[in-house]
Amino acid sequence: MAATKHTLVALVEDRPGVLNRMASLFRRRGFNIESIAVGHSELPHLSRMTIVVDGATTMVEQVRKQLDKVVDVVKVSDLTGDDMIARELALIKVYATSATRSEIIEIVDIFRANIVDVSPDSLTIEVTGDEDKVNSLFNLLRGFGIKEITRTGRVAMSRGTPGPLAGGESVSRAKKRKSS
Amino acid sequence: MKMSGAQILCEGMVKEGVEVIFGFPGGVLLPLYDIFPQYPQLRHILVRHEQGAAHAADGYARATGKVGVCLATSGPGATNLVTGIANAYLDSSPMVAITGQVARPFIGRDAFQEIDITGITLPITKHNYLVPDTGSLARIVKEAFHLARSGRPGPVLIDIPRDVFVDEVEFHYPARVNLPGYKPTLEGHPAQVKKAVKLINEAHQPVIIAGRGVIISGAYDELKYLAETAQVPVITTLLGIGSFPESHVLSFGMLGMHGMAYANMAVSAADLIIAIGMRFDDRATARTSAFAPHAHIIHIDIDPAEIGKNVRVDVPIVGDIKLVLKALNELVISSEHVAWVRQLDDWRQEHPLVEIRDSEGLLPQFVIRKIYEVTGGEAIVVTGVGQNQMWAAQHYWYNRPASLISSGGLGTMGFELPAAMGAKVGRPEDTVWCIAGDGGFQMTIQELATIAQEKIAVKVAILNNGYLGMVRQWQEMFYQRRYVATPLSGPDFIGIADAYGIPALRVTRREEVVPAVEQAMAEAGPFIIDFRIEPEENVYPMVPPGAALAEVLEEPEKGVAVWPRRSTP
Repeated sequence: MAATKHTLVALVEDRPGVLNRMASLFRRRGFNIESIAVGHSELPHLSRMTIVVDGATTMVEQVRKQLDKVVDVVKVSDLTGDDMIARELALIKVYATSATRSEIIEIVDIFRANIVDVSPDSLTIEVTGDEDKVNSLFNLLRGFGIKEITRTGRVAMSRGTPGPLAGGESVSRAKKRKSS
Repeated sequence: MKMSGAQILCEGMVKEGVEVIFGFPGGVLLPLYDIFPQYPQLRHILVRHEQGAAHAADGYARATGKVGVCLATSGPGATNLVTGIANAYLDSSPMVAITGQVARPFIGRDAFQEIDITGITLPITKHNYLVPDTGSLARIVKEAFHLARSGRPGPVLIDIPRDVFVDEVEFHYPARVNLPGYKPTLEGHPAQVKKAVKLINEAHQPVIIAGRGVIISGAYDELKYLAETAQVPVITTLLGIGSFPESHVLSFGMLGMHGMAYANMAVSAADLIIAIGMRFDDRATARTSAFAPHAHIIHIDIDPAEIGKNVRVDVPIVGDIKLVLKALNELVISSEHVAWVRQLDDWRQEHPLVEIRDSEGLLPQFVIRKIYEVTGGEAIVVTGVGQNQMWAAQHYWYNRPASLISSGGLGTMGFELPAAMGAKVGRPEDTVWCIAGDGGFQMTIQELATIAQEKIAVKVAILNNGYLGMVRQWQEMFYQRRYVATPLSGPDFIGIADAYGIPALRVTRREEVVPAVEQAMAEAGPFIIDFRIEPEENVYPMVPPGAALAEVLEEPEKGVAVWPRRSTP
């Protein structure tokens, strides 16, 4: 149920153990987490995390507040309801014979996905999009036989500037810059 | 100036105002212990088990409001702290726990006495650190003390590898901390304060529920002003006892599973709950779906994550209790709720706390009452967990701030003796009574050696009923008196005390109680009284598990003497 999924974005200090702290929190409080994606942010020493929570089974506001209590977490925002861009990347390795290869390539083209590796008996496809797009492609390719799939989980940000997550601090910094 | 990690830690502790460390040495701590003689201002108290160190630091912290410090070596030393750290975490007690760790080249190799204590304590600390290098130590010590004492206080653990103690770096103690992810909200939001004031001014049957946050914030005067101005009855949680004088005309005791019947009835009938620095623990609220069914709820707490966690809240105010109450008090109009307060008074008359029966045997309630009378209500009472804790909460009258120290959230048996030790070290001028059960007392009994060696004048009252009493009570009430694993054949506590060199008395009859308590008070050092109480005495009133607050069971047999709950209006 897409409607119950909440997208939280957290700006966290880039320190050892920070992921452990967050994972420990989810486990301990019984929060149901669908995916987590982490990477560097535009700010030095800070990483940005996108967390997808199932709002049907978990109190999302509690997740947000508990995350915010972690000292290494600088800011948490719930993007749900905002106008946001959400994407996921998947690598799909699918069985391909000379008979099926061109059909697979056709499907890949329709989805504007890329073939990133070719071997005698398989093709590896890279697809980026929202979960629905990734799922649709996966469903179409399933008939050919999936060897392996790996997905990043959702990454998200809201549209326009300034990003709500860069948040209070960046906004106030920007204001300062303007006024000075 | 170049300093070793061990020196930097000591310098940092001195700068943070540490005066006592409860600790136990070990291999990786040798470089640290070796320099303790250079820091005589840091008193080291050698405990007999690291759990005792953690509870002592906790008791010290609760009695003084300062950060308690405990110290343990790597491996089993560190894991022995865990119960005490968890206890401090659940009751928001400011603590810095320092553990030694194996030298950095050995980390991750399962070296002798290596354990991942930062991993283990992740969910039970406010924050923790594995110190990566000596150059980071000063900053980490500064941050740890800041985190432990500010905002919602809690334990912070610093795990220090042996070679970090030895390495030398230039010492600079930072003037301030830089923690972008940690900015507690102190001032209540003005719009929320206004909403709360409106509710308070319009309420007909308001009740304040005061928790430990009031004590942590030191907001006694502000709470009293609010209660008196708006004429709002004050009920406390277990850990909120001492936040409001219990002799006050507006004081209506403690709510919860073993709270006063009239307090639970008041909460259930109220049209407004002003919850201040409390977290709606299940032992306080009973069945949450039936909690305060007719009331709007204002919840004031410094921790935003507590808002709406357990019960619905109409007006949340996040902030420091003292500052929020000051803001509220500026706007609240003086009012009267004569009929409501009279109603509560009537309930109090109809449902007196506990009527102490005339009994051949020694009743624990009677013992607590006599300790109250002999100490003039001036003692700091430190309890264990279970029946002894509830009797101590119900039958001693607490008028002073932070005068009851008890393990609330974790409910740690064995807390009493080391915590009392810590409290006495922190407030040596005060009388400290440790109220123990015969079960819990044996869990940390080894600290008697610490008390004797350090001459810590703790007075111990063992309420000895030969049972794990609270569990036995539940077996009696809900398991048809099948007493499985609750009868205890205790040791001879007088013989034990004697072996530790601590004077002790056994009391079996009512008339011996007062002389024994007086003798304990007259003794300059520690003293132990083994009260042989009625074995199957139960704690009443009681809200059975799963019931609503209003569904309170009272003492089945009605007795004779009613303890007057109030002396002065």
